[in-house]
Amino acid sequence: MSKKYDAGVKEYRDTYWTPDYVPLDTDLLACFKCTGQEGVPKEEVAAAVAAESSTGTWSTVWSELLTDLDFYKGRCYRIEDVPGDRESFYAFIAYPLDLFEEGSITNVLTSLVGNVFGFKALRHLRLEDIRFPMAFIKSCYGPPNGIQVERDRMNKYGRPLLGCTIKPKLGLSGKNYGRVVYECLRGGLDFTKDDENINSQPFQRWQNRFEFVAEAIKLSEQETGERKGHYLNVTANTPEEMYERAEFAKELGMPIVMHDFITGGFTANTGLSKWCRKNGMLLHIHRAMHAVIDRHPKHGIHFRVLAKCLRLSGGDQLHTGTVVGKLEGDRQTTLGYIDQLRESFVPEDRSRGNFFDQDWGSMPGVFAVASGGIHVWHMPALVAIFGDDSVLQFGGGTHGHPWGSAAGAAANRVALEACVKARNAGREIEKESRDILTEAGKHSPELAIALETWKEIKFEFDTVDKLDVQN
Amino acid sequence: MPFQSTVGDYQTVATLETFGFLPPMTQDEIYDQIAYIIAQGWSPLVEHVHPSNSMAIYWSYWKLPFFGEKDLNVVVSELEACHRAYPDHHVRIVGYDAYTQSQGACFVVFEGR
Repeated sequence: MSKKYDAGVKEYRDTYWTPDYVPLDTDLLACFKCTGQEGVPKEEVAAAVAAESSTGTWSTVWSELLTDLDFYKGRCYRIEDVPGDRESFYAFIAYPLDLFEEGSITNVLTSLVGNVFGFKALRHLRLEDIRFPMAFIKSCYGPPNGIQVERDRMNKYGRPLLGCTIKPKLGLSGKNYGRVVYECLRGGLDFTKDDENINSQPFQRWQNRFEFVAEAIKLSEQETGERKGHYLNVTANTPEEMYERAEFAKELGMPIVMHDFITGGFTANTGLSKWCRKNGMLLHIHRAMHAVIDRHPKHGIHFRVLAKCLRLSGGDQLHTGTVVGKLEGDRQTTLGYIDQLRESFVPEDRSRGNFFDQDWGSMPGVFAVASGGIHVWHMPALVAIFGDDSVLQFGGGTHGHPWGSAAGAAANRVALEACVKARNAGREIEKESRDILTEAGKHSPELAIALETWKEIKFEFDTVDKLDVQN
Repeated sequence: MPFQSTVGDYQTVATLETFGFLPPMTQDEIYDQIAYIIAQGWSPLVEHVHPSNSMAIYWSYWKLPFFGEKDLNVVVSELEACHRAYPDHHVRIVGYDAYTQSQGACFVVFEGR
């Protein structure tokens, strides 16, 4: 039925608050945690979020009547209290599939977390979760290889992979840098990693780094008989330079490159991911800048959303925090989003922060990377939390070994294998961690010394961003 | 008194991937690992290769994967039979996972030379 044009300002809730709406399987669903300005009703705040993140603008406009706005609008269909928090509430919004370009995470985020976050009727706004419909997921490329292909390429089975970031993060020449890579790999690591800050600085241009790293990998593979890799960071200031670096890594026969998906941006990431699939290259993803966006409990975007977006945009490994190390992250929440990276179906589970059932279809899984302030004593907990489909990365916990990086690497490898062996044999590795590591140290002087070196180091601060629960 | 460095020398070792950094397992320990493979619902698989070719992607199957085999003793006797037939080869046990088309477990039980 045609409508008449009625100029002026209507309340958002008249159009965008539709509590009777039953979401379609093809709708993209979002859960926002909203904190409105005082005195503004919840329904009006929630409807405003739906409007401003979809078709709406502040005033009625004549040109709305040229289309069927009811077909295109986002709708708030449910409002829920936030446990333990009186001032905020959850708004559930359904967006029709046709609002988004196929396969474009950039487009989804531009709508969902665009202008609406600066909206004056809101004090805070946080995107907690997105349910991507299967129809959208099938339009995305996803990880260039995925967990299974990566295991086959690297020939690593039955355990988490082991890595480490090269330190000091800045200032080494190409040759010295390659030396540290070589030490780590000959000591038993599977991967080493460029620090995110390493791109192509005056002290070490990228080409020089790539060449020495390639030497280190080839030599360590010959000497150990195992497959090795180094995440060559191809993040650059233009896409053209990024591809040039990736091409050179391929020319050198390297198995994996690395990208920073938030500072580099989703468009660059999706492009690089497609390049990786086409060129048989694994892709490691770092997440610099994420804490700016995801740490505040009432404002920004939860990391589970960023992780889901990355799986769709493409990456074979993604940093997820460690739970036990120096960086923020509580256990249940972390388990919730590592499920989103690795599983083919993740059910709604508020105790893990997952607000929706999420079916990933045939999309390959992404390795969860635990890195940051961890050492051998953390190994049992890390194996228990992250399981086999993870990469455990010890930076200081490798290079800080009194005998150097090779011995540090060996200590970590022994500890890792001892934990996996004990777990498989049915032992409770977190409870029995001291016994398991001490026993393993009897056969490995490298591990015994590492256990002694880091015996007192803990990072026990309270988590800033916790799951919402009733206190 | 002569200066004594406390720094040890780490010697690179050639290893065969998972569990390569642990001392050789006892028979009971190997049984525990095979029991784990069976308990996970994976199919046991025995593979072997001449040590000169240990980095190859494909090692030779011993017979075929033992699809659905739940008996620990059968798996152990196949491992031993493979070792007897190829005494100079590396022999490894794999827990083959048809759901992921990957290997949930994989380690060398007998090292050839």
